[in-house]
Amino acid sequence: MLDDLRDLYQEVIFDHNRNPRNFRKMEDADRQIDGFNPLCGDRLTLFIKLDDGKIVDASFQGQGCAISTASASLMTDIIKGQSEQEAQQLFALFHKMATGEQVDMDDLGKLAVLAGVCEYPARVKCATLPWHTLDALLKGVEEPVTTE
Amino acid sequence: MNKAVENIRPYDVDSIRQDFPVLHQQVHGKPLVYLDNAATSQKPKAVIDSLVHYYQNDNANIHRGVHTLSERATLSYENSRKKVQCFLNAASEKEIVFTRGATEAINLIANAYAQTLKANDEVLITAMEHHSNIVPWQMLCEKTGAILKVAPINDQGELILDQFEALISKKTKFAAISHMSNALGTINPIKQLIDLLHQHDIPVLIDGAQAIPHIAVDVQALGCDFYVFSGHKLYAPTGIGALYGKLELLEKMAPYQGGGDMISVVTFDKTVYSKVPYKFEAGTPNIAGTIGLGAALDYVNSIGLDAIAAHEDSLLAYATEQAKRIDKLRIIGTAKQKGAILSFVLDGIHPHDIGTMMDHQGIAVRAGHHCAMPVMDFFAVPATARASFAMYNTHQEVDVLMAGIENLIEMFG
Repeated sequence: MLDDLRDLYQEVIFDHNRNPRNFRKMEDADRQIDGFNPLCGDRLTLFIKLDDGKIVDASFQGQGCAISTASASLMTDIIKGQSEQEAQQLFALFHKMATGEQVDMDDLGKLAVLAGVCEYPARVKCATLPWHTLDALLKGVEEPVTTE
Repeated sequence: MNKAVENIRPYDVDSIRQDFPVLHQQVHGKPLVYLDNAATSQKPKAVIDSLVHYYQNDNANIHRGVHTLSERATLSYENSRKKVQCFLNAASEKEIVFTRGATEAINLIANAYAQTLKANDEVLITAMEHHSNIVPWQMLCEKTGAILKVAPINDQGELILDQFEALISKKTKFAAISHMSNALGTINPIKQLIDLLHQHDIPVLIDGAQAIPHIAVDVQALGCDFYVFSGHKLYAPTGIGALYGKLELLEKMAPYQGGGDMISVVTFDKTVYSKVPYKFEAGTPNIAGTIGLGAALDYVNSIGLDAIAAHEDSLLAYATEQAKRIDKLRIIGTAKQKGAILSFVLDGIHPHDIGTMMDHQGIAVRAGHHCAMPVMDFFAVPATARASFAMYNTHQEVDVLMAGIENLIEMFG
């Protein structure tokens, strides 16, 4: 009955929702910031550790829907080892994908499993909340980020 | 209301459904099951027709033209005021002020009382209020230095009465209480609370936004000082609602907004305000919406609020019983006195995902904090899913809801 929802809820998303990667508080984080979606109440805290402009570790905590949890889980996995600039470029690309713009899916790697959200306007912010939070963190913002 | 007439006519939900054009559609290839009535209700054809009729035949500004159209528009507008007066059993139509909705009505009162409160006075609300009955009072407290006191609730989502009473003191200068909680469905014993507050000479506002489509309200019997509601939850258009206020209180209050229609004489030296209720209705109001509200009240009266309430109670009882059979489901809000709202969470499944997955099955439920973040905090949940029932919902739709929940639990694995 819900088969047509599989574009949005791929098995990988359920997997990351059940077992989110990097779901922990980072005691020795260089930077941390809160992200909040006031529309649905999703909130997360993002932690990163930097070394010479490179993200050497990333983790998150919080509560959110399957889409936002999977997105944060995938994001913290993929940005590890990236330079700040690379991570920001990936955010721009991810944002384009989530809002339905044409992008080369190969550039997105594992993140492509979230491409289905562009068909669900009410859910786009679930997927982009972790990324907006990362973007703000990399820009040195300290106040909590909101999607509104 | 004539009970004898109601009793001889059985409740015909199929015929009622025929009056609501929006219900007859498919969403994602499934018949629409609309269970988001606590957010806003659907509109019967009679209401939609009243808007069309007004714009096609009578559109004119009110209270100013001597021409025929203006007279017709004014008459329809003022007739709606009389209908609201009857619906609430207010003593006079002057006690009915039209507003954009419950929110604006609460802001109007908070604004008026800003002039009477001083530092360390207290305003009493409850822990189950909608943001619209929290934030205006917080703003009032910020302005005046008054303190907001919040009466707690128990694990069932009921107000703890002795703690409510314990918060009343000489400092308490105003109280604002919801008649029915939008997030939990709890119906508060407002008559008892009003009597208690009045023993201490504390004016009280009842937020009836959620209660108005489910519970017959008699403001004279209740004795409340103010009662507010929104039309759109009562099958009327959005953007129209009403404030009931005791005449002597409204007369004492300063105007809320300045402008046309709320004055009797304006010079650059001095302005004389109109009498109530016009003093509070600055500018051209939502004339069509007001007429639509009148049509909605006629429609509700034609079915009978008591009959509607009985039907909704039966839906809630059935839904609650069915929901209890689902292991992963936890009902949030289990008050003994409860309106037609089933707020729930599913173990391991976020309400936002529930919302999307239900929508895919044609079922409209609300997922979120329901503009009651403190309630969510109290129950330690980020959000809930909420099914809320109206006069046109059926027991079969409850079955569809439950099957939909089972489907998504299966999908989540």
